[in-house]
Amino acid sequence: MATVEMSFTPLPVHVRTARLVATAVARRSGVEEALLDEVRLAVGEACSRAVEAHQAQCPDEPVRVELTGANGRFEVVVTDAAASGQEDEDGASPSAQPGGWPAPASVVPNGTSALDHSVPPQGLGLAVIAGLADDVQFARTPAGLSITMSWPSRGTG
Amino acid sequence: MDLKLDHHTRDGIEVVDVEGEIDVYTAPRLRELLIELVNNGHYQLVVNMEKVEFLDSTGLGVLVGGLKRVRAHDGSLDLVCTQERILKIFRITGLTKVFGIHDTVDEAIMARKSEK
Repeated sequence: MATVEMSFTPLPVHVRTARLVATAVARRSGVEEALLDEVRLAVGEACSRAVEAHQAQCPDEPVRVELTGANGRFEVVVTDAAASGQEDEDGASPSAQPGGWPAPASVVPNGTSALDHSVPPQGLGLAVIAGLADDVQFARTPAGLSITMSWPSRGTG
Repeated sequence: MDLKLDHHTRDGIEVVDVEGEIDVYTAPRLRELLIELVNNGHYQLVVNMEKVEFLDSTGLGVLVGGLKRVRAHDGSLDLVCTQERILKIFRITGLTKVFGIHDTVDEAIMARKSEK
């Protein structure tokens, strides 16, 4: 299937559009119906994160999304142009390090401590992505952060 | 649909009915409503999410913020949700350990009343 590319002004109102497009392309690519909600949520999280980063650093630059269905995989790449993010400099995948990206199981270690320590929005969003995507890779470049998420597909598109 | 919010009082508990999508664009409105309710002295809240079609981490952050606010007044914030697609994000983030999540508004209110 040919790659679908989109870029959008980094405004929160456009994140829903990105979700809808990604879900439609995923369905066409043969991603199972049961996984489409995960695609929608993960892509939304990645785009929301990028929008917030752009609004802080480069509000005139668009957020880029590439959607590809090939070789039994549906892949989404969300790329921002925010050169100095808050993630680890080496772009490592989420970890349970304090101040780093929490792994899904450790976002809320126990009932009350979740309220005592402040979970940064970025941390929660990235933890959600890691918990939803079948495979996820984070790559930080001098230009910004690229999040690649993929799911299995039947490749009907 | 974006987001539709409504609220009413039942048995001394403020029930917030949420309909639509809670995301980075719409979540600020829910946040403002929760802040307004707390500022007006409503510290026992039930957020009915049975008609929520989408919830992301921004929405989770708003709910956690609301919970912190009411707990500062020894209050409570419970959720009503049976949709697996919405419950999934609570499970992934471990927030099922933080929020009381009930099947109906009646159940949520009864659970809160029985604790008093």
